[in-house]
Amino acid sequence: MLKYVAKRGLMLIPVVIGITLFIYVIMSLAPGDPATLILGPDAPYEAVLAKRAELGLNDPVLMRYVKYMAGVLQGDFGSSWYNGFNVLTEFASRLPNTLTLGLMSMAISVVVGIPLGILAAVRQNSMLDYTTLVLAMLFASIPAFWFGLMAQVIFCLTLGWFPATGAESLKHFVLPALTLCTGSLAAQVRLTRTSMLEVIKLDYVRTARSKGASEQRIIGKHVLRNGMLPVATRIGTSLANIISGAIVTESVFSIPGVASLLINAVKIRDVPVVMGVIVVIAVFVGVVNLLVDLTYALIDPRVKLEG
Amino acid sequence: MKYKNKSNLTNKSQLGLIAFRFSKNKLAMVGLAAILLLILMCLTAPLFISYDQVYKQSMANRFITPCAEHPFGTDQYGRDLFARVLYGGRISLLSGLVVVASAMVVGLTLGGAAGYFGGKVDNIIMRFCDIFMAVPRMLLSMAVVSALGQGTFKMLIALAVAEFPNYARTVRASIMTLRNQEYVEAAKCCGTSSARIIFKHLIPNGMGPVIVSATLGLGTTILAIASLGFLGIGVASPTPEWGTILSENRTNIRHFPHLGLVPGIFIAISVMCLNFVGDGLRDALDPRTKN
Repeated sequence: MLKYVAKRGLMLIPVVIGITLFIYVIMSLAPGDPATLILGPDAPYEAVLAKRAELGLNDPVLMRYVKYMAGVLQGDFGSSWYNGFNVLTEFASRLPNTLTLGLMSMAISVVVGIPLGILAAVRQNSMLDYTTLVLAMLFASIPAFWFGLMAQVIFCLTLGWFPATGAESLKHFVLPALTLCTGSLAAQVRLTRTSMLEVIKLDYVRTARSKGASEQRIIGKHVLRNGMLPVATRIGTSLANIISGAIVTESVFSIPGVASLLINAVKIRDVPVVMGVIVVIAVFVGVVNLLVDLTYALIDPRVKLEG
Repeated sequence: MKYKNKSNLTNKSQLGLIAFRFSKNKLAMVGLAAILLLILMCLTAPLFISYDQVYKQSMANRFITPCAEHPFGTDQYGRDLFARVLYGGRISLLSGLVVVASAMVVGLTLGGAAGYFGGKVDNIIMRFCDIFMAVPRMLLSMAVVSALGQGTFKMLIALAVAEFPNYARTVRASIMTLRNQEYVEAAKCCGTSSARIIFKHLIPNGMGPVIVSATLGLGTTILAIASLGFLGIGVASPTPEWGTILSENRTNIRHFPHLGLVPGIFIAISVMCLNFVGDGLRDALDPRTKN
């Protein structure tokens, strides 16, 4: 077990190095001199040269990368090229907004999605099953940002139930969280239903039925436990989806979160900010996936973790 | 069961059987018909409305709600929304196809080699793919866009980079189950080259899951293109693309909901139809999943 954790943890290192190196190198090789971009086209040549020296752009790409990563290991993510703020501090100050949004929408998709999926599976081919499936399909297909825009028009501007933008109170997060959870909710329902249906067909469930166990006991005691396993492993994937979705959701509702930090940085090509956000999220997703795999082994004794 | 349908089995090829099972799936057939109709409409757009209407501004005709002359109304510059959505569909759908096709070429080659050779090659290729799967898709595309700069072509590259590991993984998994089959051994005995075995024998046989994930991937790619367009880092305005059109009209949706409804419905319909087709294909390719 420990050996497995250590091995998986170590495997994270080349992945993080790989992705950061890839992004750092292509960002550095991209056309256009960052110093000129920052100072504007009319800046005197000397000023551009000085800026280049200040940003350390005169070193070869790989050397800059090594320097950057050495800084990251010591918790120094550098500062924005354009606004001069410290990347880590800015990230940390925006993180609570993104976390609130992400956790709320994950909670909705779990609390609503799993029971709906179970119900649909238990009453397979019923009206409820079909309605759930069609709705899930619809939610999986509509773009989250469009859902958000329409929700804004209906609930904020017309009905005035919720504030349209901002992140001051929890009320501000209701619509964004609903918007963000559409995709993962649909995936959750479909996955729960399929996995429950697979287990319901198994022999041991038929045995339980023939022994006269009540339907409630069969589903609650026998089917649910095995049927929930694939659902648990999907948490990692849905986390990645939620991060992707948060980017557009934060933009629709003007929430000052991590994602909007990234969007702005991408637009003006602010390398330290883009790199910082990517590094933190890559590590975060990797760690969560590792934790999910470990939990999987804990709840399913059949799974053996190979070291 | 097997013998009851004997006549059916002997008369039809493998492909015929799959097509037969697919045609039994109503939802999938509706999806296929709708997406084909949509593609046809986009391709034959000049029959409905001329291309100049996409860019032609007319301040006198701003914010017209849907009427006979402008079926979807007009936007803040008086441009016809019907023309923009229809010609924009060419860009959205074609971009999606280009991304999926190029991601498939890379993914099939890498995944094919990984699955066939196994061992070290497999390890190296899959670790390479892991790198690109470590970061959520949207984030990776955004990072690549920020590195390459904005532009339609660059955005396509960015999305393909984020998409290819999917196909590599899928094809690897299906080839690993096939590589010890007798016909592969027979091909090896005949001295067939590895590349030929992979592309001629293994990939066609293991293509099923890949086609399913490509169909579903086309849907998610169209969504991703629209999202990037909406964020203002995808297809740049005034080029019509569904997400870009939404982004242009964002501030006016409040008073003129049709400006938001129309492009959104087009995105949703095409993605949903592709999902129906993908699910139908999965069931048709693997009859066991049918319950």
